[in-house]
Amino acid sequence: MHRRTLSLAAFSIFLTAFTGCGKSGGGGIVIGEFASLTGKEATFGISSHEGTLLAIETLNAAGGVLGKNIELLTEDNQSKAGETSNVVNKLISKDGAVAMLGEVASSRSLEAAPICQESGIPMVSPASTNPKVTEVGDYIFRVCFIDPFQGTVMANFVTKTLKANKVAVFTDVKSDYSKGLAKFFKEGFVKNGGQIVAELDFNGGDKDFKAQLTAIKGATPDAIFVPGYYTDVALIAIQAKQLGIAVPLCGGDGWESQTLLDIGKDAVEGHYFSTHYASDAASPAVTAFVAAYKKRFNGKVPDAMAALGYDSAMFLVDAIKRAGSKESKALRDALAASKDYEAVTGKISINAQRDAVKSAVILQVKDGKFKYLETVAP
Amino acid sequence: MSSPLSPATPTCAGAKRWLIAGIILAVVVSQFSAQFNRYHLGILVDIGINIILAVSLNLINGHTGQFSLGHAGFMAVGGYTAAKISLVASPMLPPALQPVIFLVALLAGGGLSAMTGLAVGVPSLRLRGDYLAIVTLGFGEIIRVVVQNMESVGAASGLKGIPKYTSLGWTFALAAITIYFVTALVNSTYGRGFIAVSDDEVAASSMGINPVRYKVTAFVTGAFFAGIAGGLYAHHKQFLSPTGFDFLKSIDIVVMVILGGMGRTAGVVVAAILLTLLPEVLRQFSEYRMIIYSLLIIVLMMARPQGLFTWKRKKGGAA
Amino acid sequence: MDWLLQQLINGLALGSIYALIALGYTMVYGVLRFINFAHADVLMLGAYAAYFIAPAVSTVLPLPSLTGTLIIVLLSAMICAGIGMLIEILAYRPLRQRPRLTVLITAIGVSLFIEFTCQHKAVFGADTKPFPQLLPVHDFHLAGLVIGSNDLVVVVTTLLLLVGLWFIVQRTKMGTAMRAVSYNQQAAALMGININRIISFTFGLGSALAAIAGILYALKAPGIDPLMGVQPGLRAFIAAVLGGIGNLPGAALGGLLLGLLETFAGGISGLSNYRDGIAFAILILILLFKPAGLLGKATVEKV
Repeated sequence: MHRRTLSLAAFSIFLTAFTGCGKSGGGGIVIGEFASLTGKEATFGISSHEGTLLAIETLNAAGGVLGKNIELLTEDNQSKAGETSNVVNKLISKDGAVAMLGEVASSRSLEAAPICQESGIPMVSPASTNPKVTEVGDYIFRVCFIDPFQGTVMANFVTKTLKANKVAVFTDVKSDYSKGLAKFFKEGFVKNGGQIVAELDFNGGDKDFKAQLTAIKGATPDAIFVPGYYTDVALIAIQAKQLGIAVPLCGGDGWESQTLLDIGKDAVEGHYFSTHYASDAASPAVTAFVAAYKKRFNGKVPDAMAALGYDSAMFLVDAIKRAGSKESKALRDALAASKDYEAVTGKISINAQRDAVKSAVILQVKDGKFKYLETVAP
Repeated sequence: MSSPLSPATPTCAGAKRWLIAGIILAVVVSQFSAQFNRYHLGILVDIGINIILAVSLNLINGHTGQFSLGHAGFMAVGGYTAAKISLVASPMLPPALQPVIFLVALLAGGGLSAMTGLAVGVPSLRLRGDYLAIVTLGFGEIIRVVVQNMESVGAASGLKGIPKYTSLGWTFALAAITIYFVTALVNSTYGRGFIAVSDDEVAASSMGINPVRYKVTAFVTGAFFAGIAGGLYAHHKQFLSPTGFDFLKSIDIVVMVILGGMGRTAGVVVAAILLTLLPEVLRQFSEYRMIIYSLLIIVLMMARPQGLFTWKRKKGGAA
Repeated sequence: MDWLLQQLINGLALGSIYALIALGYTMVYGVLRFINFAHADVLMLGAYAAYFIAPAVSTVLPLPSLTGTLIIVLLSAMICAGIGMLIEILAYRPLRQRPRLTVLITAIGVSLFIEFTCQHKAVFGADTKPFPQLLPVHDFHLAGLVIGSNDLVVVVTTLLLLVGLWFIVQRTKMGTAMRAVSYNQQAAALMGININRIISFTFGLGSALAAIAGILYALKAPGIDPLMGVQPGLRAFIAAVLGGIGNLPGAALGGLLLGLLETFAGGISGLSNYRDGIAFAILILILLFKPAGLLGKATVEKV
């Protein structure tokens, strides 16, 4: 008896889950987005999602695309492995998304990419910089530069501008992003004739870095490359300063966040990193975007993830417009043919590997702010 | 299922029923798999994998009364092993051999995982409840650290491009076999020992039952099936990263076992199904999911430590 | 040589933090024979309590200052002591006569509940918050070596608390009662000891220790988040097992050893990437060869 009630209960949940309304939003164009809105990497996911949301709202206010409204359906993957495939499957099969936006973390984009590729749904990643992501197939695109480029940019910067010969590399072994960036930096820097004098590792989320920093100090480098995320980098900068390490720290786009400045305070002063755009740049597109974002999200200054989230949506819709259709093959071809698209984060051209060819900027922390130093063209 | 305290009758009949029903279900369902869309198909496979994980953990945590927090670690060992094998083997062999590669990969994954289970089990068996929990948790962490540093399986960036071999048929057939095996094992004359160890270790050993042997058997068997589940998972998601097998993944499985009732295979199967579906139904509340999970653990332990789906628990004497 | 001495200093500084957290674990274990998984989360709550109290205190007293810090630490410790007692009354007390496994699972549940609730955006949020500078900082430079004032504070606090705890447990009436409860709850109750009160007190004291450890940890690494307790919590637990769980000097010794080992491993390139696994490897080894810990006494379970 009990067992029967039980199986009935289970069955009814089963049915609810499976027959749940396949709502096709009144003829609008459905775009799916998967993002890490909760969990460990929520800060990045939320930023990028806010950018995307702003873009879609702006477009809809201007009449949508192809005479239709754009419907953005966002699913949270909780920063968890294994969850992305479920939400992406849902967005495609149940909600009928014609294109997919996401994600910041390359590891989760890599989970979504095979599904989009097999279903023939074009996917545009805002900020996954690992080269492997677009290697999955010809339906996968991105609007950001890739790690080999970013690594080389910083390698050249360290060699030419900082005139450093000996560099220590301090990598987050837990993060594919950090390891990838470290690898390409090392290659570029060694090619420039530089010498890597120490290579040490930490685990993202560590709080004590003094052991590694003491070893780095002993190797007397001219600069230290730390391709980590801002929370770790801030603590590393503080502890490096305590240990009397006076050489500049350098890093990548993972540094960019107000939190770096809030935690690191004067310890992050004078350090350098490469990223996608500078919110203090003088371009009218950037100024307009920053103003709109601040207005929409209570005065928050958009970071690089927000700008890329915005660009990914704008870029995708531009391709829908050019394709004149939401049909997947036409849309894919339009995306692949994108050339010199004017985005907030710079001019985007899609190359044969479906990566964005675009410039990077180098920022320095100065007087408690990110200061624009230079733009490096690809 | 018969009560564990009834005299050792040949209760394999119950287990066989499970097996036959499961395999029929697997065959029938896989005939229709083309009808399902990818989303539903994906979730059905998730259900099957979770059933294997929960039932195999139930052998350790439920029937034998140990407490392992490292099931995700065994899953990782099996998943990475199986994935690596099919990644290497599938380009070299003709497509017709796909099922063979897959089977070999799964078995190898399960086998390596079982060996790991042996390596963890033997030293840990001197330990009781809470220590064992910490050791298995630590073991899961060590697995993660090792995988993270193994470039041959993609290290931190993960292993991509794993062929999609996992199908509904495979998953449910293996789930049925797992249920069959665990049920038959526990209900066999030999298997009474698991329950004896779980009920009272000292009394069991004074009755001539060697608790260590039973604990090791439970660990190794549980690890084997967790490894198989890992292999299915790898060929289902087609991408593995070390972060996917953390402590929280183990907790997910533990909650299934607790909810279903420790030592209750049928309950655990139902719990695995429910807990896979529930997050999908409640997707818009996903930010509360883990809070609800943790509350569920606390409330269950206070109100129904025997699990939600167990009504008759005849535990001998005053506990 | 400099390098070695500096790593020694780093290791002792890290180890003192572990030791401080381990004291709380070991004390609760000593009395109740169960691992309070939520200890690490009370540590996090302590840091957050200080984070929210600091602005209020700074309106009265200038920060950074020693008196201001003492007030903040005291208030946070009191709050956490209350939280600890509440956890015990709500979650653990109803289960006192149940099998240890049930209590253990509940403890994990409590720990996860605190973590996920705090991660929710309506509570603290998952992002890292900058922790205010409570104490004036000064780095002492000695012949090429650097000793941070915060590290000295940690070492001194750990020592003081170790002595203080030892005194409470060995020399006060409350401590005698705690030890009695630890030996045999039923017999203690028959001797007229109010078990509930003793256990409440133990939890309160342990949680206050956790709060102090949390604040010191946050001073050392001034970025706090709801999961900040997990890592040091596990390390401290291992330290407690290493030293012999239930043994106060053992916990301190275990913490220091673990801190030193992790530091020396972390300073070697090619080994630093395995640093996360070291503590667990040690745990497994110690349980294999000396399950009672370095300073613990082997006990046989009574039937």
